[in-house]
Amino acid sequence: MAYMDKSIEEIHEALVKGKVTSSELIKEALEKSHEVQDKCNAFVTIIDDAKETPVTDEFLSGIPYGIKDNYSTKGILSTGSSNTLKDYVPFFTATAIENLTKKGAVAVNKTALDEFGMGGTGTTCHTGIVTNPWDHTRMCAGSSAGSAAAVASGVYPYATGSDTGDSIRKPAAYCGIVGYKPTYGMISRYGLFPFASSLDHCGALTRSVKDAAIVVDGMKGIDKYDMTSWDSSDINLYSSIDGNVGGKKLCYIKEICDINNYPNADEELKMHLANFMDTIEKCRKLGMEVTEESVSQKLLNALPSVYVVISCAEATSNMSNLTGFIFGPRAEGEKWDESLKNYRTKGFSPLIKRRFVIGSYVLQAQNKDRYFHNAQRVRRLLVDTWNKLYEKYDAVILPVGTGPAKKLEGSKDILDQNTAILEEHLQIGNFGGFPSITIPNGFINDLPVGVNITGKCYDDVNVLNIAYALESVMNYKGQVAKGAK
Amino acid sequence: MKYKVMIGLEMHCEISETKTKAFSSAKNDYSEYPNASIRPVDMAFPGTLPTVNKEAVRMGLMMSMILGCTQPEYLYFERKNYYYPDLPKGFQITQETKPAPIGSFGEFTYELNGEKKKIRINNLHLEEDAASSDHYPSGTRINYNRAGVPLLELVTEPDFRSADEAVAFLEAIRSIYQYTGISEADSKKGQVRCDVNVSLMDASLDDSDPKNWGTKVEMKNVNSFGGVRDAINYEIKRQTELLDAGKGDEIVQETRRWDEESSSTISMREKVDAIDYKYFVEPNIPKFKIPKEWLLEIKKSIPTLPYERKEKYINEYGITDYDATIIIKDKKVSDFYDECINLHADPKLASNWVTTNLLGNLNKLELEFDEITLTPKMLKDLIDLVNSKEISSKQAKEVFEDILTSGKTPQEVVKEKGMKQMSDEGEIIKIANEVLDENPDVILKYKNGRNNVIDWLTGQIMKKTRGQANPTIARSTMIKEIEKR
Repeated sequence: MAYMDKSIEEIHEALVKGKVTSSELIKEALEKSHEVQDKCNAFVTIIDDAKETPVTDEFLSGIPYGIKDNYSTKGILSTGSSNTLKDYVPFFTATAIENLTKKGAVAVNKTALDEFGMGGTGTTCHTGIVTNPWDHTRMCAGSSAGSAAAVASGVYPYATGSDTGDSIRKPAAYCGIVGYKPTYGMISRYGLFPFASSLDHCGALTRSVKDAAIVVDGMKGIDKYDMTSWDSSDINLYSSIDGNVGGKKLCYIKEICDINNYPNADEELKMHLANFMDTIEKCRKLGMEVTEESVSQKLLNALPSVYVVISCAEATSNMSNLTGFIFGPRAEGEKWDESLKNYRTKGFSPLIKRRFVIGSYVLQAQNKDRYFHNAQRVRRLLVDTWNKLYEKYDAVILPVGTGPAKKLEGSKDILDQNTAILEEHLQIGNFGGFPSITIPNGFINDLPVGVNITGKCYDDVNVLNIAYALESVMNYKGQVAKGAK
Repeated sequence: MKYKVMIGLEMHCEISETKTKAFSSAKNDYSEYPNASIRPVDMAFPGTLPTVNKEAVRMGLMMSMILGCTQPEYLYFERKNYYYPDLPKGFQITQETKPAPIGSFGEFTYELNGEKKKIRINNLHLEEDAASSDHYPSGTRINYNRAGVPLLELVTEPDFRSADEAVAFLEAIRSIYQYTGISEADSKKGQVRCDVNVSLMDASLDDSDPKNWGTKVEMKNVNSFGGVRDAINYEIKRQTELLDAGKGDEIVQETRRWDEESSSTISMREKVDAIDYKYFVEPNIPKFKIPKEWLLEIKKSIPTLPYERKEKYINEYGITDYDATIIIKDKKVSDFYDECINLHADPKLASNWVTTNLLGNLNKLELEFDEITLTPKMLKDLIDLVNSKEISSKQAKEVFEDILTSGKTPQEVVKEKGMKQMSDEGEIIKIANEVLDENPDVILKYKNGRNNVIDWLTGQIMKKTRGQANPTIARSTMIKEIEKR
């Protein structure tokens, strides 16, 4: 009997009752890993010698999981899916992973991502393109592409992800699973390869809201090595989920959700937004009050640029440690600067180099105020706008993307101006450090789509509760991709 | 002189007295072994994050107060981005003037040849040091022990008019670092490094108008105060000669290097603002509100500073300005002196011993203060032995030279060398008469009015007692006894 397509609660019960052992689960997860590797190219490393752990009271004990390859793992190759770190074996483990290990979790693979998390397609990994388990001609979105593909394929119940713009929550939608990033600082970033420090979040990809709560409970905690982490020891996400959402207030944003904003909308987009409105109805049936709110279009239009400016600026600085001197394959060169140049020129993909150029440009003395400081000002305005909404509402609910997963062929990771805000609005969750979760809310042309719920900082329990209640009245909880083309 | 010299200083001083580094939990110690005091963050391994050392901040705030600077309401750190092999992260965590650094706009009074001088401080900022490069014939090795060591950079306005002023200021600041227990401030360990800028302007013009200022030439990494003096004097001479020859346009804004070997400055690069460091606020360190109570606490804990001790020495102990200046120069010497006074040694005698014998011997024997075994108690005992006439001051000098490094007490040395001073008058009368009996011809000379033979006769007593006779008593006894003949 297979277990890896079940929920953490179910697997834990089976382990406790002795129906299955940790080593049997590991065997199953490893077998599935190799299968999914052939189909989706989801992994950088499969840990074939993963060892069983004793079954304890902890939900995660003895259960296999996957780690996004931008988490530092002691003694295990950690590449960030970049050629610059293609042979890098760290000597320390990220705090979040350390925390999972303490709970008895068993890592069975390291999942592929867009190089250093800097992409939204899952096509820029140094190991190649990650394909969507629902349709291999389509992308998973990114950057947590491998984690999303593996969880959606039933390799294990969960994998870790990281989210700087929407890197957990978008692939979760495209793969029909749950993607949750908690409030900024709830999970330590120590050991997570940085992309943009002020936006980077750790989080989890699972197949149910409760599983997401269990996993983040396992990852979180204040860390003396991350000054932005905070003490959440009085919060237990899993046990706080009661599904009681009567009287909760939600809003959605007219400028993002109204089909009339998109005169050139294709069938998929129309279906996607109609499906979203169905989900809104389900919320109302659950006893929640849902209101349409309006936000300045001008402010929303600035969102993608704000993200690009801030994330690229921080990224270019964060990745200046990649020189090939201390770690990474040292490049040839007569002098140090020549060696550095060769290493970085050959190691990084063109997409990343483009972002570095943007990042350097916006930080230059003559451009800094116009671009970087203005971007920070608009970031503040957007966050203030959302915080105003949170004075009236428990959460903001919005559709994820413009529809189901996009075709790999012809994808360029370049935005269509008309639907840019619809594609990019999840970044507001990163600007504000808000708790944000994506859950599947239907199918369009046999492909999953998702809906996102984002709340105010430190209000993770509320966000999870709303997501849990909504999940309970839809049929997508625990779904696994089967019979892909 | 027809030119007015304007000199500004940037003094970098490592904080040597914190347990750990500025943004890392690695030990802050001066290790002989390369790469012995490092944590992953000091080598910028991917995923590592900075954590602020509160003790370094405390010390920085204390120094900021001593310099009369304003302390910021919030503490921020910034990244200074540039590539260099000794800079593992590719940026240095530092503070720029916006947001406010740990100290802004102060005023400080120092002394030169007894004259009080005022200097304006532009700012004081807390930052981290880079790794050090060790050059070998086979190539350059990087030692990361120094990477991340806390550093205070003090930037003055160009208020110095001579090399002597600049050096007197640096010496005053160095002793403050030592007195406050912030740093050993030892140039030999590379803990103090200076950047010096020099410009010459027409002395007849108004120096409050920047338009009248001359072209500023900066000299980087001058590693000793002697070097600072030489570099300034060299640069004044070089610029004066160019101006005198009507070649003022050959003085360009540039960075020059002080070359110890050739005792000259060598051009490194033109235009100091050629590098754009792309400063931005370090996102991994949350802004920190400095509590008012903490500032008060720090203010109260500022120890007695060198110039305060000096005033006490002069006004309360009655020692000369000259001696007081010598004693306070080195905190260890001043502490030694204070301890002697605490043991009730006579302040003037103790001052003589410290300034003449202690420092004179250290200098002569090329000893460091830490290498001596002499304690304040021993010096006090030695002074007492002289005061009670147990040994002569000549013998005391001999004892002093012994106990300086032998680990023995003065009493032990006196005993060992049979040095007890003979003050017993009866014994001396006996010996005086022996001498007179042996030299009847000399008695005759005395009777004939040759009074100066007394000295020779006293010398004979000293000879017979192997120097142990109290010379004053020996002389008075001799006069008494010869008169009896």
